[in-house]
Amino acid sequence: MSENYTALYEQHKKAGASFTDFGGWQMPLKYESELAEHHAVRKSAGLFDLSHMGEVWVSGPEAGAFLDYALVGKLSAVAVGKAKYSLICNADGGIIDDLITYRRPSPEDGVDKYLVVPNAGNAKVVAAALLERSAGFDVVVENASAETSLIAVQGPNAEAILLELVPAEQHTLVTELKYYAAVEVTINGQDLLLARTGYTGEDGFEIYLPNVDAPGLWEALLQAGEGHGLIPAGLAARDSLRLEAGMPLYGNELSRHVNAYAAGLGPVVSLAKESDFIGRDALTAIKAAGVGSTLGQKLVGLRGTGRRAARAHYSVLKDGSLIGEVTSGQPSPTLGYPIALAYVDVEHSEPGTIVDVDLRGKAEPFEVVALPFYKRQK
Amino acid sequence: MSKVVAELKYSAEHEWVAIDGDGPVGIGISAVAADALGDIVYVDLPEVGSTVTAGETCGEVESTKSVSDLYSPVTGEVTEINDAVVGDPALINNDPYGAGWLFKVAATEEGPLMSAEEYAATNGGEL
Repeated sequence: MSENYTALYEQHKKAGASFTDFGGWQMPLKYESELAEHHAVRKSAGLFDLSHMGEVWVSGPEAGAFLDYALVGKLSAVAVGKAKYSLICNADGGIIDDLITYRRPSPEDGVDKYLVVPNAGNAKVVAAALLERSAGFDVVVENASAETSLIAVQGPNAEAILLELVPAEQHTLVTELKYYAAVEVTINGQDLLLARTGYTGEDGFEIYLPNVDAPGLWEALLQAGEGHGLIPAGLAARDSLRLEAGMPLYGNELSRHVNAYAAGLGPVVSLAKESDFIGRDALTAIKAAGVGSTLGQKLVGLRGTGRRAARAHYSVLKDGSLIGEVTSGQPSPTLGYPIALAYVDVEHSEPGTIVDVDLRGKAEPFEVVALPFYKRQK
Repeated sequence: MSKVVAELKYSAEHEWVAIDGDGPVGIGISAVAADALGDIVYVDLPEVGSTVTAGETCGEVESTKSVSDLYSPVTGEVTEINDAVVGDPALINNDPYGAGWLFKVAATEEGPLMSAEEYAATNGGEL
């Protein structure tokens, strides 16, 4: 597998990071303690390098219509400045990737512009699929992943930290920025795209910027965050944070062999939009058959009753019979008990149901619970 | 790099063994293993009075990221366990060769053990 390094690799090395391969990238797994990093994001703030994520720009007179065709949601209906979580699917309804798509201001009359953000390991595949699907549409698809860095500040103190680097006259742009919205703001003297999005279950921001500027902003944010409890956080903390927030991870909960309805992402699919889209026929049939509600399997949350955690690929049992498989699981640092996501047969998916998970040869009871496991106090 | 203590012996499964004359041997996991596991949040130890067998599992160590079986590096009766690490598993990360020790065994037989030099050379530790 090819080894890619983000523009912040030297910063991570200097901070003592342990690295891991993720989607073909050498990424910080943790700095000193993944538990401390997890708690920092819940209680103060964490700084993440997410430059492995992809960035694909879509612009042109038919950008909205094109995305309505290429993705399962109705992106043409997204207001300028807002963002939407969506999926790109195959014709059979399998999920190629989950994405966040930001609608940006029109660069000129009659031209719409969007930024599509795929996962690291899928960036090339998504960019290629978008390009292929754009045939016949008046749009330009440009994969800017290699030149673009992404830095996230997540946690209750994220806004205060960011404001330290934003001129006073622009503070309201930040404080009034809604969840799943983005705006151009001057940060540390540069005009950058700032989004109020994240993958941690906390308030937080993601900043898109050219690679060359990433080390400077990283250092500036660390400095600005000194009085606010900000520490750099790695992918281990990111994974435990997103799991507590009940958010799916592509490769664990989502794949080409999984459909939106089984994954609990039915509301993301717009069967109501007038235009055709790739996967419509299959998804219409899957929904009509009752997959994820009365048929097949469904993604659920599991809560351990003991201390031992369920891990990905462990079997879920009911009365000794196999009824599903764990896709992600670990001891929850915030909640103090084991949590897991699993696909189980729909007849055993009601919250309150007690199932067993085979923990290396010993069946331990887990309770099906509603998601998310953790929800922040607003 | 993770520290390896010269005075101890090591198993291929990353347990260290402290041999103290004819007394029970102290057992823990190496810093190499503790660092690879990440922050340990749960440890399951054999019971005092039970018999452990060299090379066989006798417990487990769980971090937020992963879980790992604990293999006994020696055969014999467990004479003592470290209750402090059961209550505060972070001791294993903070002081794997000291306060983070796991259990003691009246050993009748040793499994294959390496010197600190051998263990460090094969597992990327630092003496």
